[in-house]
Amino acid sequence: MHPAFSVILFTTISGAGYGLLFLIGLLSGTTLLPDNRWFGFAGVALSLGLASLGLLSSTFHLGHPERAWRSFSQWRTSWLSREGVVSVAVYFPAGILGLAWLFFDHPTLSAGWVTAALAFVTVYCTAMIYASLKPIPRWHNPWVPLNYLLLGLMTGALLLQALLHLFAAPVLAIAWFTTCSIIAAALGKLGYWRAIDQTRTLSTAESATGLGALGKVRLLEAPHSEENYLMKEMGYRIARKHSRNLRRIAVILGFVAPLALTLFSLFLPPAAACAGALVAALSSLAGVLIERWLFFAEAKHSVTLYYGAASV
Amino acid sequence: MTSLPPPGMKKLGLVIDLDICVGCHACAVNCKEWNSGGQMAPLTDLDPYGPNPLGVWFNRVHSFEAGDGADSRTVHFPRSCLHCEKPACVEVCPTGASYKRAEDGIVLVNEDICIGCKLCSWACPYGAREYDYDAGVMKKCTLCIDKIYNETMDEADRVPACVSTCPVSARHFGDLGDPESDVSKLVAERAGYQLMPELGYKPVNRYLPPRPRKNAAGDCGVPAKLDAMPTPNAATHPFLHWIDRVLSR
Repeated sequence: MHPAFSVILFTTISGAGYGLLFLIGLLSGTTLLPDNRWFGFAGVALSLGLASLGLLSSTFHLGHPERAWRSFSQWRTSWLSREGVVSVAVYFPAGILGLAWLFFDHPTLSAGWVTAALAFVTVYCTAMIYASLKPIPRWHNPWVPLNYLLLGLMTGALLLQALLHLFAAPVLAIAWFTTCSIIAAALGKLGYWRAIDQTRTLSTAESATGLGALGKVRLLEAPHSEENYLMKEMGYRIARKHSRNLRRIAVILGFVAPLALTLFSLFLPPAAACAGALVAALSSLAGVLIERWLFFAEAKHSVTLYYGAASV
Repeated sequence: MTSLPPPGMKKLGLVIDLDICVGCHACAVNCKEWNSGGQMAPLTDLDPYGPNPLGVWFNRVHSFEAGDGADSRTVHFPRSCLHCEKPACVEVCPTGASYKRAEDGIVLVNEDICIGCKLCSWACPYGAREYDYDAGVMKKCTLCIDKIYNETMDEADRVPACVSTCPVSARHFGDLGDPESDVSKLVAERAGYQLMPELGYKPVNRYLPPRPRKNAAGDCGVPAKLDAMPTPNAATHPFLHWIDRVLSR
């Protein structure tokens, strides 16, 4: 599948934003987060800012961005529509949470929980847009929602950790939680890669043409000499050796570096620890960006069976 | 509305005979011609005379080789929208621009509310939808809805452009929901099949498989070997009888 940069940026950034919002909403009112009014406001503002940046970026790949409001209508069947509805709905409780925190110096618990629930559902909807597509076996599997949720949680936790460092708040518990989320996200991603490398394909050139009874089916002549939309959008392929190297880079930037920096930061003086946590968060975002690029580039669509692929 | 209508009785669709198709691409060309002025017009061509032409077509003819050795064959394979009974392209549409008609099962796009997110084309396993980069909306086969119901045309012409133009009658149009229709009988007789049934989209269009290969002379009505000429009868063919006698001397 063609990796459209606006969509990759959207899922990465808004995933982190909703991950942070989920944690702030869930942990608001507990001793794990400082009661500081500015912390609450900054946390909610940062997460909504990231989410908004992502949502805005996602409209750039539309043919008619001015009609985007129409996508709130078909939530009964469309995961994209559901994502649109929930991703915007979350602004209301999140706004109440952030403003209440700012003005009353204390979060509103119910708003926090609703925010956390909607943030979780938003990321799940994003993942289901991909996981619901049967023509793309590498997306149509339960690893995909698991990956999106865990990676959102991980990048959100790393952002929360950096924020706590910036506010010079106690960070130990969140640092351990972040460590666990990094390990969980890494295991989820490795599991996904293992699964897609081993998956036996459902559709073949034989089932796509129905000519399997005659024997092996090969494309003799393509219908057109130049590329068409289908080949540009669905026929994108990445060399196997590049995909191996990019997986390694994604693992190092996305999981290994943030994990090491998170653990080191526990033993560093406050200024260095704060820098370390910031670098960890940025590194994880860069890693997830590469991971998301691969998620598209490695996915094969069944229409390629009509253009010479033997299986998808 | 992207919720699917209740399953209707009428399922208009195509039956494509892979035994007959000669791969001339006339269906693709006439589809382009008709639809350049039809419901989904224009079918934009970008850089048509330049080095990288890129255009919207609803019908593409692929050529495959199937099998090996003496029994292998070349099969020309026209590919277009199959107007599925469970079209995921409709269900994933966030705006309601994609819809399936309850009255005849035709899957259409309302270009006026399409946002051009392209998700429907990802959801279609068959590559039936092509995005118009110029108009910023998705386009697809309409089964020539502006032709098949056009009462100003002769009844015989009220079939999709691909069907009316096929020089070998490899394409048939009709109601596949009616078991007594000509197309349904053809499908039953020739064991017509669906493409990628494993994905569960329940395509309406059917493909008729190539007939078994006739490798032996006897299979196609020719005598397997030529018999010796019988001696002409003197009563019925006196002249031939006389020549036979003269030459046999």
